[in-house]
Amino acid sequence: MREFELVIIGGGPAGMAAAIAAKENGIDDIVILERDTQLGGILNQCIHNGFGLHTFKEELTGPEYAERYAAKVYELGIHFELGAMVMDISKDKEITVISRTHGAETIRAKAIVLAMGCRERPRGALGIPGFRPQGVYTAGTAQKLVNCEGVIPGKEVVILGSGDIGLIMARRMTLEGAKVKAVVELAPYSSGLKRNIVQCLDDYGIPLMLSHTVVDIKGKRKLEGVFVAAVDEKNRPIEGTEEYFPCDTLLLSCGLIPENELSRSAGVELSPLTNGPTVDESLETSIEGVFACGNVLHVHDLVDFVSEEASRAGKNAADYIKGKPASPGVPLDVKPGNGVRYTVPSRLYTESADDGVHIRFRVTGVFKGASIVVSSGDNELLRRKGRIFVPSEMLDVVVKKENLELASGEIEVRIEEASV
Amino acid sequence: MYDVVIVGAGVIGCAVARELSKYQLSVCVVERESDVCEGTSKANSAIIHAGFDCVPGTLKAKLNVRGSKLLPELSKLLDFEFKNNGAFVLCFDKEQIGGLEELCERGKANGVDGVRVISGDEARAMEPALTDDVVAALYAPTSGIVCPFGMTIALAENAVKNGVEFRLSTEVKGIKKTDGSFTVLTEKGELEARIVINAAGVYADKIHSMVSNEKLSIIPRRGEYMLLDKDAGCLVSHTIFQQPTKMGKGILVTPTVHGNLLLGPTADDIEDKEDTATTRQGLDKVRQMAGLSVKGIPFNKTITGFAGLRAVGDTHDFIIGECKDCKGFIDVAGIESPGLSSAPAIGEYVAEIVGSIITLEKKETFYAVRKGITRMAELNPEEKNRMIARDPAYGTIVCRCEGITEGEIKEAVERPLGATTLDGVKRRTRAGMGRCQAGFCSPKTMAVIAEKLGIGIGDVKKNGCYESEVGEDA
Repeated sequence: MREFELVIIGGGPAGMAAAIAAKENGIDDIVILERDTQLGGILNQCIHNGFGLHTFKEELTGPEYAERYAAKVYELGIHFELGAMVMDISKDKEITVISRTHGAETIRAKAIVLAMGCRERPRGALGIPGFRPQGVYTAGTAQKLVNCEGVIPGKEVVILGSGDIGLIMARRMTLEGAKVKAVVELAPYSSGLKRNIVQCLDDYGIPLMLSHTVVDIKGKRKLEGVFVAAVDEKNRPIEGTEEYFPCDTLLLSCGLIPENELSRSAGVELSPLTNGPTVDESLETSIEGVFACGNVLHVHDLVDFVSEEASRAGKNAADYIKGKPASPGVPLDVKPGNGVRYTVPSRLYTESADDGVHIRFRVTGVFKGASIVVSSGDNELLRRKGRIFVPSEMLDVVVKKENLELASGEIEVRIEEASV
Repeated sequence: MYDVVIVGAGVIGCAVARELSKYQLSVCVVERESDVCEGTSKANSAIIHAGFDCVPGTLKAKLNVRGSKLLPELSKLLDFEFKNNGAFVLCFDKEQIGGLEELCERGKANGVDGVRVISGDEARAMEPALTDDVVAALYAPTSGIVCPFGMTIALAENAVKNGVEFRLSTEVKGIKKTDGSFTVLTEKGELEARIVINAAGVYADKIHSMVSNEKLSIIPRRGEYMLLDKDAGCLVSHTIFQQPTKMGKGILVTPTVHGNLLLGPTADDIEDKEDTATTRQGLDKVRQMAGLSVKGIPFNKTITGFAGLRAVGDTHDFIIGECKDCKGFIDVAGIESPGLSSAPAIGEYVAEIVGSIITLEKKETFYAVRKGITRMAELNPEEKNRMIARDPAYGTIVCRCEGITEGEIKEAVERPLGATTLDGVKRRTRAGMGRCQAGFCSPKTMAVIAEKLGIGIGDVKKNGCYESEVGEDA
């Protein structure tokens, strides 16, 4: 049985950044297990620009951003295996993997970083009735077909969901000569970044239909069209508002789900709020020595934040391997309060926080002129006012170490709305 | 001249073909779709019924009980998935327990082993997720679940192995009776046959009326289903029916042989024989009614919804026999539930009818055994490594949700009657049938199909025929 000090599952942006950080913190015996035929993960199909503004202060394409990290992986001589699919992780960190080169084998790890990313919510999970013809794709599948396989799925397109991949694909399909008739969004606000709405829809005159959804799919073998209807405040379609859009392609961009089947097999505790592992401030899961970062932990909107988070996970995994003692004491629960959907971490050890602790979260709706408040009991640990908070943008606050010392019991993150 | 032409390559056509392939006959199956198992056979409850539900003395009763007895052995011979998981019929109203007793007596009269009525508490002890509203249940230990695609494809492949010819993507346009034989007119030319067997599912009435003046009508009865993730599959271990009442036949909750949870079907008589669309009302009904039987169904784990059409005749029984005004033409029609359960027995029964028309002689060599596509996920590490050493494609996982390798997908397209579409690969290997519903594996699967067919990746279809496409454009 092969043994490694650190096994990183996934060679996308999270896995690469974690590996680099671990190596830079003194761990040499690392393997990255990547299922695809190259490092980079989903970035390889994201050929648009806009990556790296935070990390590199310049606008890169997805493959360029991935290449920066891949180059570092090569340079540092970090071992990685491609076409290697992890099938199972046991509670005692034995990893079952299958690949062309090593066959079916079990690898033992001292520490593991989970960096498997996420997947798209499929049509069935959305409960859209109608036929099941050719021409219905998740936006990411269409992106892969267009950008990597050179296949254009269709000529007349409707997009359901205004997630970032859907918005990017609205532009992409338009540039490839397709007519994108509408982007239809169930919520009264977009689930994508503002800049993507401007650059991908507004610039091309593509209508965004908020508070609408697809209620029927026509065409037995090939997609012929979809019915779109307005929805009420409970997201129920309003009868009589149906409008028919003839189309040969329906793209779905209706949310991403962290891919945690392996975490589950290992017995890692998962959060029903994020669908990712629950972690403490060191990004360690409920299993000692198993860390998580990137989209497998919670869905990010910017890869820069993935890289930053993954670097911390990699460094902490290195510390663990080097024998850093377990955090003392009992962790405090971090809970989402008013207007907050989830927090990462969901528990933290105040004493082991180095200088400050990142808390990342998303809001439940659109808040203008509101404040982020982190508190514990009567003590306010952090307050930050913002112009606008939207669910599509993950928020990141750093609570200072000296403020954390005021915390006891539990910590709450909430939005205080502007008084009208 | 064929001895027998079978119209339709659903589970019935394939079961009949496989049975007839035991004899010295030339047999051809004609199918309008590009694959076997494209109609009712692919969208149903996947249940092997015990046989307590049928009225004693009917063909349904006889063939269901016989079929369900043949299935366990057949599944081993032909290497398709079958599990004897037992079933409950739930009663929610003390006043209705008499109905359960009746059902139980009917089962005994039909020769179903082990059926008995138990209390609600006994049922909950065996199946803890049942709701507290269950007051009594009929328990049928011989009930089972099957992979309907696996079964149909296995029957078809074994028929091919034993000399049956399949003509796919070939729609029957007409049938002419001439002295002592038939001419079957298809879009791709004419076939001569001594005997024609009509196994055309919801279109059996149309095929029947090509040669007969006797009335035969088939109504498509649509059933809508929801399929849940494997996470939800362990919620129940038995198949759970609801007692039929004035309100209808009820909705079943069952694990599938692959470990998903299946809910459905609705029952709506419709006119359009192509209307396999799901509806908001239908899916809502499935959700609502399934919740009466089982507590805590995680509907948010739904991975897909689908609808199938049962071919409902007007006699309340299977319509199987030689047409009175057209000798040599055998209808196998109105094969609604329990058609899947009865299929192997229908094969035997139809072979007897054929034997009453022409003399049947057993072949010297009949290959009764068929080996299915490798299932890597079920192999132990040594076996896996043997496969990967033989062909590294077995070391590349294409469908990560179901753990399906490139090697398995290659097998699916390279076999006799191999898959030519994404749906065909899915039904043979489960690639694309998991929780991401083909999001990740489609491009790779398309590449494998494209290479085999010698076409571009963009030309690979999810379903349907390639030739008709050319025809449409021309």
